[in-house]
Amino acid sequence: MSEDPPRIVIAGAGHAGGSAAAFLRQYGWKGGIALVGEEAHPPYQRPPLSKAWLKGEASAESLALRPARFYAQQRIDLHLGIRVTGIDRAARQVQLSDGRALGYHRLILALGARPRSLALPGAGLAGVLALRGTADADALQAALGPGRRLAVIGGGYIGLEVAASARALGAEAVVLEREARVLARVAGTALSRFLEAQHRAQGVEVLTGVEVEAIEGEAGSVRAVRLRDGRRIACDTVLVGVGAVPNTELAEAAGLDCAGGIVVDLAARTSDPAIHAIGDCTQRPLPLYGRSGRLESVPNAIEQAKQAAADLCGRPPPQPEVPWFWSDQFELRLQMAGLAFDAHEAVIRGDAEAGGFTVFHLDPEQRVLAVEAVNAPADFMAGRLLVAKQARVAPELLRDPARSLRDLAA
Amino acid sequence: MPQVTYIEHDGTEHPIEVEEGLSVMRGAVDNGLPGIDGDCGGECACATCHVFVDEAWLAKTGLPGEQEASMLSFAATAQPNSRLSCQIVMTPALDGLVVRMPEAQH
Repeated sequence: MSEDPPRIVIAGAGHAGGSAAAFLRQYGWKGGIALVGEEAHPPYQRPPLSKAWLKGEASAESLALRPARFYAQQRIDLHLGIRVTGIDRAARQVQLSDGRALGYHRLILALGARPRSLALPGAGLAGVLALRGTADADALQAALGPGRRLAVIGGGYIGLEVAASARALGAEAVVLEREARVLARVAGTALSRFLEAQHRAQGVEVLTGVEVEAIEGEAGSVRAVRLRDGRRIACDTVLVGVGAVPNTELAEAAGLDCAGGIVVDLAARTSDPAIHAIGDCTQRPLPLYGRSGRLESVPNAIEQAKQAAADLCGRPPPQPEVPWFWSDQFELRLQMAGLAFDAHEAVIRGDAEAGGFTVFHLDPEQRVLAVEAVNAPADFMAGRLLVAKQARVAPELLRDPARSLRDLAA
Repeated sequence: MPQVTYIEHDGTEHPIEVEEGLSVMRGAVDNGLPGIDGDCGGECACATCHVFVDEAWLAKTGLPGEQEASMLSFAATAQPNSRLSCQIVMTPALDGLVVRMPEAQH
């Protein structure tokens, strides 16, 4: 049965779970808060793991979402190095991997996602790595340096960021992408082509349209990646960056509605009124686009943490936000807002040669669906407003450098 | 330790000690203050740590950098004394700094 005073249990201590705990206190939750996390660390920021942390430019303190003292000050009980292994909805309690059970008044599932693994011969060799947590990043860092050669399977954001960091650390890097261009699932063609060129200019080998057949090793350690076309890509480390799988098993076992993620509404409520779910593990409404989807991003984790905390504290729901993302590669700052579902036209503003440009994705009615800005923070901010307003803008206006985006977004 | 007074939009004041080298954004977030979000963790990428620097402190905090100014130019409530607080790093010279929070960051 639930504890007295009532306790909220948060399963998962990533960016979503950690933020939810903080927002619950900020919004006035007076009862108990238990934050249960599999990793040994209090919540930390994952985005730097492929960038500043990997390059040795960030400290553990700067990575932490909040300082260690915060949790005691805010009366948030940390249960670290512990997994939730089961949910008993009738008894309102969760089972923990250390054998204990924790009763809850309300439960927040912030279970995250895990790197998709490849069912390939050789996938179990030493030196075949994935990147999700600090332990992964530390293993990767130890493998990168002058004289080392990294093969990245998957040209997504993580793969490209790690390739860029590998170059900064003096290692060689080759990116192997199955689709015809990098970022095929998440970016428009113009941005993909631009990034491929940038990576090549920085010495990254980028191979697109290639299928990996096997990872080859010697004495248990990786030596090469073999492609279906017969080519053999020599390397001593492989990073597998082929997307993530939502951790929905606990929710499914408990009978919650799941469909490619734990199904939630705009208050982050699941099909059980006593259970919310937030972050990478959820299938959430995307009100701007009239559909649902799963977003793997820090801004989404924070937005849903706010939704859940507001709902649990009896506050009005926060304004829906435009989904947005960022990435840093070499000297490039990428900022993306919106989602280019059914995009009809891509309009480019600015000039890549001149240092910065922005791609606006429009639907057939010239509504701005999404924006991708490279070293163009003002365009990103304007684009985010245009997306939020579902503004209709003629392509020639967006393209015209003399036209102020501020006026268009006003 | 240098002190920053954060003033919420409703006038609530929070005097907080912020370690040298940390940003004014971190000082707020690390102490659970409402009104400053810092979604991107201090990368100057999101503009959710917007503050108004008290006029008396403007000379000491300095002006926004190019990227910061670009981001701020689209903040709904930007004023000449607007800064992104992730870009203000605490030094002994900023002991006593006063910043005000906008009504909302989003």
